[in-house]
Amino acid sequence: MENIQSLLSAGAEAVAKATSTQELDEVRVQYLGKKGELTALLKGLGKLTPEERPQAGAKINEAKQALQEKINARKTELESAALEAKLAAETIDVTLPGRGQELGGLHPVTKTMERIEEFFASIGYTVEEGPEIEDDYHNFEALNIPSHHPARAMHDTFYFNANTLLRTHTSGVQVRTMESQEPPLRIICPGRVYRCDYDQTHSPMFHQVEGLIVDKNISFADLKGTLEQFLRAFFEEDVRVRFRPSYFPFTEPSIEVDIDRGDGKWLEVLGCGMVHPKVFEYSGIDPEEYTGFAFGMGVERLAMLRYGVNDLRLFFENDLRFLNQFN
Amino acid sequence: MKFSEKWLRELVNPAIDTQGIVDQITMAGLEVDEVEAAAKDFTGVVVGEILAAEQHPNADKLQVCKVTDGNEEFQVVCGAPNARAGLKTAFATIGAVLPGPDGKDFKIKKAKLRQVESFGMLCAEDELGISDDHDGIMELPANAPVGTSIREYLNLDDKIIDVDLTPNRGDCLSIAGLAREVGVLNKAPVTFVEDKETAAVIDDTFAVELKDAADCPRYVGRVIRGIDPAAETPLWMKQKLERSGVRSIDPVVDVTNYVLLELGQPMHAFDLDKLAGGIVVRRAEQGEKLTLLDGQEVELNADTLAITDANGPVAMAGIMGGEPTSVTAETKNIFLESAFFNPISIAGRARSYGLHTDSSHRFERGVDWQLQTRAINRATELLLDIVGGEAGPVTETANQDELPSDRQVFLRHAKVNAMLAFDMPAEEIEEILTRLGLGVEKTSTEGEWHVSVPSYRFDIAIEVDLIEELARVYGYNNLPVRTPTASMPIKERDETKVAIQQVRRALIALGYQEAITYSFIEAGLAKQFDDKYEAIALANPISAEMAVMRTTIWPGLAKALQHNQNRQQSRVRMFESGQRFLPTSGDEIIQENVVAGILAGSRDPEGWNAGKDQVDFFDIKGDLESLLALGGAEDEFSFVADRHVALHPGQTARIERNGQPVGFIGALHPNLVKELGLNGPVYLFEINQAALLQGKLPRYTEISKFPESRRDLAVIVEEGIAFDSVRQAAEKQAGEFLKNITLFDVYQGQGIEKGRKSLALGLTWQHPSRTLNDEEINSAIDAVVSALTSEFGASLRE
Repeated sequence: MENIQSLLSAGAEAVAKATSTQELDEVRVQYLGKKGELTALLKGLGKLTPEERPQAGAKINEAKQALQEKINARKTELESAALEAKLAAETIDVTLPGRGQELGGLHPVTKTMERIEEFFASIGYTVEEGPEIEDDYHNFEALNIPSHHPARAMHDTFYFNANTLLRTHTSGVQVRTMESQEPPLRIICPGRVYRCDYDQTHSPMFHQVEGLIVDKNISFADLKGTLEQFLRAFFEEDVRVRFRPSYFPFTEPSIEVDIDRGDGKWLEVLGCGMVHPKVFEYSGIDPEEYTGFAFGMGVERLAMLRYGVNDLRLFFENDLRFLNQFN
Repeated sequence: MKFSEKWLRELVNPAIDTQGIVDQITMAGLEVDEVEAAAKDFTGVVVGEILAAEQHPNADKLQVCKVTDGNEEFQVVCGAPNARAGLKTAFATIGAVLPGPDGKDFKIKKAKLRQVESFGMLCAEDELGISDDHDGIMELPANAPVGTSIREYLNLDDKIIDVDLTPNRGDCLSIAGLAREVGVLNKAPVTFVEDKETAAVIDDTFAVELKDAADCPRYVGRVIRGIDPAAETPLWMKQKLERSGVRSIDPVVDVTNYVLLELGQPMHAFDLDKLAGGIVVRRAEQGEKLTLLDGQEVELNADTLAITDANGPVAMAGIMGGEPTSVTAETKNIFLESAFFNPISIAGRARSYGLHTDSSHRFERGVDWQLQTRAINRATELLLDIVGGEAGPVTETANQDELPSDRQVFLRHAKVNAMLAFDMPAEEIEEILTRLGLGVEKTSTEGEWHVSVPSYRFDIAIEVDLIEELARVYGYNNLPVRTPTASMPIKERDETKVAIQQVRRALIALGYQEAITYSFIEAGLAKQFDDKYEAIALANPISAEMAVMRTTIWPGLAKALQHNQNRQQSRVRMFESGQRFLPTSGDEIIQENVVAGILAGSRDPEGWNAGKDQVDFFDIKGDLESLLALGGAEDEFSFVADRHVALHPGQTARIERNGQPVGFIGALHPNLVKELGLNGPVYLFEINQAALLQGKLPRYTEISKFPESRRDLAVIVEEGIAFDSVRQAAEKQAGEFLKNITLFDVYQGQGIEKGRKSLALGLTWQHPSRTLNDEEINSAIDAVVSALTSEFGASLRE
């Protein structure tokens, strides 16, 4: 019986020494295979007395089982070591750049325009668009700017002929909307506008977002509240806002809005006012029943303030090194 | 309008400083552009007199002057050529502190210039920061009191305020008007210049006839004889004129300009001896000539009001006088004009001649129609004082029917409160309006007024104009703030519409950067990109590069590509959405929203594991197909081989939706690539937004539980045969349970006869309610193969 113990310890030693699953299998065959050394002991049971046999048989089987467990444990150990080694060999440099397209981006003017649209859309305004080549009536006449009005000098207009021009503001869209829809109205009109002027602070083409609200009981206070909230939302700052009397032929009272972003300097950011009764009359809206306010803002100017751009002309050079900065 | 603060304070002097006034008028709607000091800060400069000037012994360009400050004599070395005995000039004494050119002050000390001692400095205007003038030392009038501080003598402790007046506030285009406004804002009394009538001492008058009384309802004239041609404009007047940006010319012109600035009435003085017959105010005859005061000869248009005499036009009414009848240094007798011209008769006329004058600026906006006689009285008073002479009687020629009438505006308290969203007390309303010079009279109904408008306020015509005045004086920033409330019904929203924002986002995800290019481009470039439409030309383009309206966005994108390629940006993918402008045979212009893209450079961004291939047609086509899929209606679009002037003839497709053309895609023509100096190849697409953005509402179809069957098929056809026609033919024959055809390979080369190509198709079938058997699939394949064989001469690839 001592033989069992020594075989078992020899087998255990061989299991521990095995360095691969293949070697381990050889150990298994050597001890536990059909012709294995431990298996062979079972064949020797015949030499024992019938009384001794069960006990001895049980011992041999115990030993076999013990060795099998050792083999199993070693096998798991070897397998996981092999997996680890395989995984280690598969290590990559995770800091290498990924594959695929780079994202493009929105133009900062569009980005700004979309933000403005979203603010107003969230309070029920809809977006209206209109023609960029406009007629004199919708760009001027219906906005209470007759042909000899001094305010026309404020609009350096591009003409095609006496009656056809490039819109100098998107207010024409407001007129068209008032002609075709019934109040209450809440609209904003984003788009390209054109003025015959070109230097560091003027571009012959730029973008405006104009807004119009027409309803019963719209007051000057509503205008102030709306624009103050908008400017604070746009700049995500508690900007100081001031309302300064001004003049536009299509609004009365007319207002220019200045902001102070904390440096004590007032910057003009938009023009607005209560819709002039004559403008309502041109569009067939009764000014005794309805009131409203309109506002207009230069998108490039707001984008410059928001993103710190210092030259208006950059917006239209389409230099990728500029455009990429807004992605 | 520029004005001197001191001048303003002569009329109204509230207890606030310059900044106070500036803030106040800005917030009242008179926006201040700039405030500048009449002179920079300096001390220790007095009126000095040069008693003697002698050549410096050691320097050619220097003189040694003997200068007195009234008490003592000083030796001063001076380099100015105009330094001479008897001249009175600005003398900076020892210890004086002057503004240095570098912005730092410097102190005058005793100095030695080429071995000659100098005690002080004689100054030019720029050295005192009065102007940029450095043409020698200042020349002061002979009567300048020696020893007086220059600051005091020249009134230099003054600020020049430049106010940018909106077109409605013509009434503030004068010191009197500004004073009135400042008085209102401060509740301060205003002392207007007294209206002094000067009695006539001679009987001379000059005849005036108003032929177009609607244009000129009032013309006040006066003859003054025997003025002193040698008289000079007094210093105080010169200073006020100059601080308003008006150059002093001669005493008569200076007085008319002074009255314009002081009262706001533009005037004109004719040399009486050069006028023939009488004055007739009438519309010009087309082409009548007039040489203006600035020397240019103009041909008058028939819409222009002219002041004429027997020989023709002598002035462009309300705009500029004529040169031949103008006052000169020899003039002895003058005829003064003080007229009221109707704003709409003057508006726009000056601009149509490229002119803009102080006079036209005021008449266009409206001059107080009651001011003419008062202005001529004021001018007479000043003229007699300065140039002497004998005045004739004031003659007024007027047509009362054509003069503006006294205006009354109806005002309702309820309307004020509704518009301003607060209850403004009636007393306050009355008080503000009264302060503004408006007449306020209660009607028989409570809370209603009749408000009469003074003749100088052309901008008040309706109720809201009064409400604006109330708001303005009350202070916009003192008015309440609230947020609009409204019923907000849910609006309809068309789910089949793709938003342009979605298209932009999709292009961004595909690596495209948005560009914004000008809508107007160079005419030649427009032609190179489009031979179908003639681009609409601007009548007044800003430059040749921005002369015609684009008929496609491509030229702008190509220019943007060029700009970037010239700056080492080799991989460019850009898009733009915007309008293109197409002429029609009639007057109508089609303004169509499109989206366009441009693609050049490598397919992948440069990288350690990226391919090195350049983009080709199928890259941009794939990108466009992604856009077409946004609305779910991609199966309605097709690409048809076509030609386009800007595109490679073998790589151009017309994009169609249900057979209607909606855009183009292709490779930029190699000739254009070369002409524009681009690195090709370059690929472009442009598609109509209306077609792109109209999608379909999704509709669910049952998913089959039964397995798909797939067969692959390689057919060899002529290389000119379009895949799309092969696909369509296969689809037709493959039976109703065909689910899909994919093209998984296109091969030309070894094993395939030259001029032919192999198309490898994968066909998939599926039945909704059972498994298809082999015979069904095989017979479908046979039908496809025989159709392709008969239609395209296709053979199966072994």
